[in-house]
Amino acid sequence: MTPDEILKGLYDKTLVGNGPAVLELTRTGLDTGMAPETMLFDALIPSLEEVGARFERGDFFVPEMLIAGKAMSGALEILRPLLAETGAHTVGTFLMGTVKGDVHDIGKNLVNIMLEGAGFHVIDLGVQVAPEKFVAAIGEHKPDIVGFSAFLTTTMPMFKANINALRKAGLRDSVVVMVGGAPVTQEYADAVGADGYAPDASATVKRAKEFMSQRRALATA
Amino acid sequence: MTASSTTSRSPADGVRPQAPDPQAPDPRGAESRTAVIACGALAQHVSEITARRGWPVDVHPLPPLLHNHPERIAPEVETLARELSKRYATIAVGYADCGSYGTLDEVCRRLGIRRLAGSHCYDLFAGAERIRRLHKAEPGTYLLTDFLVRSFRRTILAELGLDRHPELREDYFRHYRRAVWLAQRPTPELRREAQAAADALGLPLRTVEVGDENLERELAQLIHP
Ligand code: B12
Repeated sequence: MTPDEILKGLYDKTLVGNGPAVLELTRTGLDTGMAPETMLFDALIPSLEEVGARFERGDFFVPEMLIAGKAMSGALEILRPLLAETGAHTVGTFLMGTVKGDVHDIGKNLVNIMLEGAGFHVIDLGVQVAPEKFVAAIGEHKPDIVGFSAFLTTTMPMFKANINALRKAGLRDSVVVMVGGAPVTQEYADAVGADGYAPDASATVKRAKEFMSQRRALATA
Repeated sequence: MTASSTTSRSPADGVRPQAPDPQAPDPRGAESRTAVIACGALAQHVSEITARRGWPVDVHPLPPLLHNHPERIAPEVETLARELSKRYATIAVGYADCGSYGTLDEVCRRLGIRRLAGSHCYDLFAGAERIRRLHKAEPGTYLLTDFLVRSFRRTILAELGLDRHPELREDYFRHYRRAVWLAQRPTPELRREAQAAADALGLPLRTVEVGDENLERELAQLIHP
């Protein structure tokens, strides 16, 4: 297989969520000496971005999004240790969780995959994460950014509760707070005092990278 | 003959219901009746209740599957409401917020009409406080209604892609611990179907008989405030 065929295959098979084929092609790529970054940035990430765009347009629904995300996730399992070896440096540390009372996690998991793909070290606290647990994990892992995900009108108020808990623990200024999930809007994010909001996984990566440059600029200033 | 009628029925399989022609002349004097634009998942109950109470109401259902695309609910309600306003003096919205996250309220404000209270149909059937308690007791609670039980294959299995990709069940329901059926009218057949639905999700089933009285109270508020 030529490098172009491998990349095209990776793109196409991720798009349709064919996990086994993506794994196979990832291995073939590595066997033929292709750089992990090339597979990631020239095939896997663009493919998942296209999946996101199709979802936005209404051409894809949740199951298509899920299987594509899982296919990419499988490839990342293989590539992750190699990316670490080649010294592709970590862009930043992102701590993520679905808020207390909520167990929706598909959107959050997709965001995690894209963040990892973009070079973030992601720590996922899972679902139903109570404020105390976020506080403890921030103390332990010292992330650059913490993300709260919520999907129900009844669980969105947990953003505010989490932020208050961070403030009380004296951690609010040490970390960037991002919020997201289907019901969340920029206005809502502003109202609860979050630093950032993003409507989808690609936008989250973009916004998170901006926050990282700001943090670096501040650190060196 | 009752005073209430459903101008079209929402089929349980979730297919787009036959919308009545809003332009058609109405033989029963629509100007004195109330048009209720109802979620397909509620339409049948709304018809039954209004018939029982003898309220002069025509039910105009929208497809229940909008539930999975809540951003489309407000625009669809608005379009239908504008059409119906040519014929009806009074229009009401038989939806809760249903994940439209405030956009349905904006439409209602703009058109000067009202909607049912609550966040979603579970609140309407069981009351918001009871739903809160059920979720507090077990956050991993997946709720069913008679409508969802009856249309389970279409509205849940097919919509979530579990018919084509059964392996995704874990991805969807990993964090769920139980299914709670908020039963309106639990016939033996429906009980079997509810159990089959819970089995398909791999969850134990709890049945809470809520009837439709809470919805009836909310409807009374909506139609005769
Ligand atoms: C799939 C789904 C489910 C699945 C969840 C499976 C899972 N493991 O997550 C199942 C079927 C299990 C489910 C259950 C329930 N659901 Co549900 N669900 C949905 C649905 C259809 C899609 C959500 C989704 O996964 N989208 C796909 C992802 C890829 O998109 P996304 O979620 O928007 O995520 C993107 C962005 O939001 C963003 N993002 C996400 N998180 C974060 C975090 C950060 C920090 C950032 C920056 C960005 C970000 O990036 C993501 C990727 O692009 C929505 C309706 C809808 N269309 O939104 C209802 C919906 C959210 N559910 C709803 C409800 C009511 C429930 C139930 C109560 C129903 C029930 N019968 O019991 C339970 C919840 C129980 C509980 N305790 O949590 C309502 C909420 C209504 C409301 N007013 O609160 C909705 C809106 C449906 C409706 N119209 O009523 N649900």
